[in-house]
Amino acid sequence: MLPVPLSYYLVLAGILFTLGVFGVIIARNVIVTLMSVELMLNAANLLLVVFARVHGDLGGQVMVFFVLTVAAAEAAVGLSILVAIFRRKGSIDVDRLNILKG
Amino acid sequence: MGILSVLIFFPVLCGVALLVWPGERHAQIRGFATVASAVEFIVSLWLWFGFVPGGGFQFVESLDWISRYGIGYRVGVDGISLLLVLLTTLLTVIAVVSSYSAIQTGRKGYYASLLFLETGVIGAFLATDVFLFYVFWEVMLIPMYFLIGVWGGQRRIYATVKFVLYTMAGSLLMLVAILWTYQYSGGFSGHGTFNLLDWYGLGIPASAQRWLFAAFALAFAIKVPMFPFHTWLPDAHVEAPAAGSVMLAGVLLKLGAYGFLRFAIPLFPQGFEYFADTLWILSVIGIVYGAIMTLIQEDIKSLIAYSSVSHLGFVMLGIMALNLVGATGSLLQQINHGISTGALFLLVGMIYERRHTRKIADYGGIFAVVPVFSIAFLIVALSSIGLPGTNGFVGEFLILLGAFNARPIFATISTVGVILAAGYMLWLVRRVFFGPVVHAVNETIRDLTRRELATLIPLLALIFWIGIYPRPFLDRIGPDLESWLKRVRTVEMIKAPAWDRPTPFVPPEAVLSRAAGKTPGDGGTP
Amino acid sequence: MNTLLWTLPLWPLVGFLLNGFFGRRWGKRTAGLVACASVFLSFAVSLFAFAAVRSADTGRLTVTLFDWIVTGNFHASVSFLLDPLSAVMILVVTGVSFLIHVYSLGYMGHDPDQPRYFSFLNLFVFFMLMLVLADNFLVMYIGWEGVGLCSYLLIGFWFRRLSAVRAGMKAFVVNRIGDFGFSLAIFLIFWHFNTVNFLEVFERAPSVAAAYSGTLTAIGLLLLLGATGKSAQIPLYVWLPDAMEGPTPVSALIHAATMVTAGVYMIARCSTLFALAPVTLLVVAIIGAATALFAASMALVQNDIKKVLAYSTISQLGYMFLALGVGAFAAGIFHLMTHAFFKALLFLGAGSVIHALSNEQDLRKMGGLKKSMPVTYWTFLIAALAIAGVPPLAGFVSKDEILWRSFSSPLGHWTFWLVGTITAALTAFYMFRLVFLAFHGESRVAHDVHPHESPASMAQPLIALAVLSVIGGWIGWPRTLGGGAWFEHFLRPVFEHADQTLALSAGEHSAGLEYGLMAVSIIVGLLGILLAYQWYIKSPERPERWKARFAGLYNLVLNKYWVDELYDTVIVRPIVGLGRVVYRGFDLAVIDGAANGIAGLMQSLAAGGVKTSTGRFRFGAATFAVGCAVALGWVLVTVMGAAR
Repeated sequence: MLPVPLSYYLVLAGILFTLGVFGVIIARNVIVTLMSVELMLNAANLLLVVFARVHGDLGGQVMVFFVLTVAAAEAAVGLSILVAIFRRKGSIDVDRLNILKG
Repeated sequence: MGILSVLIFFPVLCGVALLVWPGERHAQIRGFATVASAVEFIVSLWLWFGFVPGGGFQFVESLDWISRYGIGYRVGVDGISLLLVLLTTLLTVIAVVSSYSAIQTGRKGYYASLLFLETGVIGAFLATDVFLFYVFWEVMLIPMYFLIGVWGGQRRIYATVKFVLYTMAGSLLMLVAILWTYQYSGGFSGHGTFNLLDWYGLGIPASAQRWLFAAFALAFAIKVPMFPFHTWLPDAHVEAPAAGSVMLAGVLLKLGAYGFLRFAIPLFPQGFEYFADTLWILSVIGIVYGAIMTLIQEDIKSLIAYSSVSHLGFVMLGIMALNLVGATGSLLQQINHGISTGALFLLVGMIYERRHTRKIADYGGIFAVVPVFSIAFLIVALSSIGLPGTNGFVGEFLILLGAFNARPIFATISTVGVILAAGYMLWLVRRVFFGPVVHAVNETIRDLTRRELATLIPLLALIFWIGIYPRPFLDRIGPDLESWLKRVRTVEMIKAPAWDRPTPFVPPEAVLSRAAGKTPGDGGTP
Repeated sequence: MNTLLWTLPLWPLVGFLLNGFFGRRWGKRTAGLVACASVFLSFAVSLFAFAAVRSADTGRLTVTLFDWIVTGNFHASVSFLLDPLSAVMILVVTGVSFLIHVYSLGYMGHDPDQPRYFSFLNLFVFFMLMLVLADNFLVMYIGWEGVGLCSYLLIGFWFRRLSAVRAGMKAFVVNRIGDFGFSLAIFLIFWHFNTVNFLEVFERAPSVAAAYSGTLTAIGLLLLLGATGKSAQIPLYVWLPDAMEGPTPVSALIHAATMVTAGVYMIARCSTLFALAPVTLLVVAIIGAATALFAASMALVQNDIKKVLAYSTISQLGYMFLALGVGAFAAGIFHLMTHAFFKALLFLGAGSVIHALSNEQDLRKMGGLKKSMPVTYWTFLIAALAIAGVPPLAGFVSKDEILWRSFSSPLGHWTFWLVGTITAALTAFYMFRLVFLAFHGESRVAHDVHPHESPASMAQPLIALAVLSVIGGWIGWPRTLGGGAWFEHFLRPVFEHADQTLALSAGEHSAGLEYGLMAVSIIVGLLGILLAYQWYIKSPERPERWKARFAGLYNLVLNKYWVDELYDTVIVRPIVGLGRVVYRGFDLAVIDGAANGIAGLMQSLAAGGVKTSTGRFRFGAATFAVGCAVALGWVLVTVMGAAR
């Protein structure tokens, strides 16, 4: 059994995830956006760990390591893209990056 | 690995090799493409000599491909596909050689596209597995898309998109019909199959045959193209590079007629019976309509494109007649059209290279300037209007003879197309070649080079060979068409209206004795 | 002989190929010699062939070269049939062709394109021989279309002249209309006889006629349509006058002596079929009589020397059709032969005049050429007398035979005779109008032109043809005048079937009647000549008076009854106009419009949809989140709903 009830974890993960989503939507700075994404990933990680414990299956914990790795890679690629964009545009305000407009 | 697999995959391998070829020298690239296509042609000649007339599918190869769904790699050649395959390999060589000077950019991709196209077309002709056929049928579009879209004329994007969308629209419905038939053959229960030979014996209910036939027929009718699905053709031809037009008119259009012969009609004979009248009418309209349209074209290529609509109408007429004479004529005429119209597009490409215009009005009186070119054009034009002694006559005559047996009135109307053909072709010849030289620029056009002549000579030789001694061709296609007829005539096909009654041959003696009431004659079978 | 026979059409083909490939390298002289030699070889073989036919037991020879088109029960081989009819034809074709080839050496002497000319001329002879030697309908069709092709090429020989090329094209297309009938007839024949071989078809014809009523009539009428195209009869005669744009020897060979007689030959060849459908024969006779008169009327007023001869040719071909129509097949072929002699002579004579006057063809600019061109004048005069039907020249014998038979035959009628006789009078008149205008009276030749007699290569063929025009008719000298009617006798085996079917028997009329009618036709011919003399020699102002008095009628005839214009407005323009309207109004507007319309619809839909993609990252993220929330919510609701 868990020392803390399961629902606490779920609510916490939900709050973290929602914060991440709002962060992505609201933030104009790309770095904040990336951090928000990180937040969402960690919310998912939290749940993976918790349920691994609940089910007694270490697969969930293993998955967290994968996610961490991917997140690190994503941060690296994302930041390098960011640097490239900054060099080109002189700004990292996402509202100015609208060349995909149809 | 049989010879057919070599024929199918050799060009694509060469094409890939060409794409990764390290050098950029033009001579190397075109030399490689020429050798590849020539080797392919020589290999295909083996089929001509090794083919046993009437032996059904030969050189058969059958491998499991996606065995779970009954999809196999099944190929074979019979009298119906033999000549079409040979035509493809020959025209590819000619298309490659004719492009030496016409194509200045992206040569590797261009020649590779031609070779990919060859693979697609030959594969479609040889496949005896419906799934495999569909794959090749669609694969073919891609190189053609690039040929028109990259190396084409001013409005090439419009033309190529139109071409692809038209074809796709038809073939997707065909895909639905294919999947339905697969389901019917046993479906996903484990013993479903895409084997064409198995499909022939499925015994699909007549009500289903109707829409299945309609779906197949639409795909093929667009490819042929039959009226009123023809408007992609003039655009595609006008914009395509000369070699692209040669392949398009010479080979790709034949796939439509071939599809009717191989798939739509024998798979769904009752469906065909239901739509026969519609197809007859559309063919006859196509013949006359295409011919009239040519009369007012101002662009040589679009004139020839419309004449193709008319000629392919004849091809369809021969198939529809459902008798040996008509079917033989139709198949032969497919070859003839490939040769004659292919040569016409080739010739137009040559003159276009010199003057960079295809407008009829920009020429006039060039016979005196380029006699060899003009004579070649005149010969091809005459073969295209079916002058006896040239290939066009043999095909057209057999088609009309056969059609006349099935539907005298329709055949008579179609024969008017032959008159109109003389009109538009000779008018074209007159406006381009005869009269005084109107534009001073035309006085310095140079005549054909040896290379250009070399691309034309095989076609000219074939024009006369088929025109004067067509037996080697007729003998190879005849027996298989006979068994084809047996397959498609399983139902009572002749339900012509009273005003257009077929005329099966009944010996007059039988008629007389029947009239005299001596014997209840049974001479009603043709 | 059988082994030699197949070389008969081969020589001209060899000549064509040699001149076609090497002519430019050889130069003019060699090209001309090769062409003449090849035709001469053919002529020599023809003589042998003729002898062989006479001595053959069955009266005919057949040679099969190879199977041509074989599929299912359809079988057509390239094979030749040599019987008296084709024997006569090959002699006429090769003989006249040879003379005209020789003539061309002189006439075309200055033309740089001589090799091309001679190769086409040889090709023509080849196809003509295929036509007359064919032993089945399909091989005949090769020759049939082939001569049309050569006609097209030779009319348009001077291709820089648009009018010439137009005329060539007109000839080909109009002939194609006739071929349309011919090919339909072949279809009908094959599906009712199960063969296209002449002898087999004729053999089965009676039983087919009995079994399928009306079929033979249809076949006959369709064949007739083909014949009217090639032989320039109403309604398809319009191409022949325009065909005069070609070099004059071509007009002589193709448009007078040989090709245009193909229709006559074809009907005679199929006499068995026509005899079994008498209605068709009546139509043949009516068309022939009408064409004879109609064309003769147009010949009266033409000012172009070749146009007069062109209409005269149409008119004479009408005679031949009339003969065929009344069942006098041998008489028709006889006239075909004599006409080949004197009409070729007339054209060559006209060519000689044109040559001498530096390509002047207008009769109003000639006159008084008699002195400067004696050979041309005298030979021309002989031909004119022959065509006018003055005894004992060839034209008299054959024409009189036709007139007599059109009256006396069971299929004949006195109206046919009357029309024929009126035509004879008109013929005599317009021919001598031509003779008097060109050769007699004051010279109206332009001052810078000096008429001179033509070179020997041109004069000798004229003389040869003049001799033939005189004696050519004697082989068919009528019995009533003490002759043996040998020609008819020779051809009898060919027309035996037809004669039996039609139950024709001569001798029901008295010899006195025949003498009477003969006298009438001679007198009428002489009157025509006399009238021409009165009008154009004695009082040259009289034609002008008549012209003024009947201006309307004169213009009608001068403009050829506006038939060309009629065909143009009723057939050609509507088709092209229809094409134009349908192309813009249907092909582009409706069909292409539908295709592009669908594409346009999709595009406008997409244009609406694309507005939602603003390119703003935060907007995209927000919609994504909302979408996920909605989807998740929907799953929750349905799962919970299901659980409950």
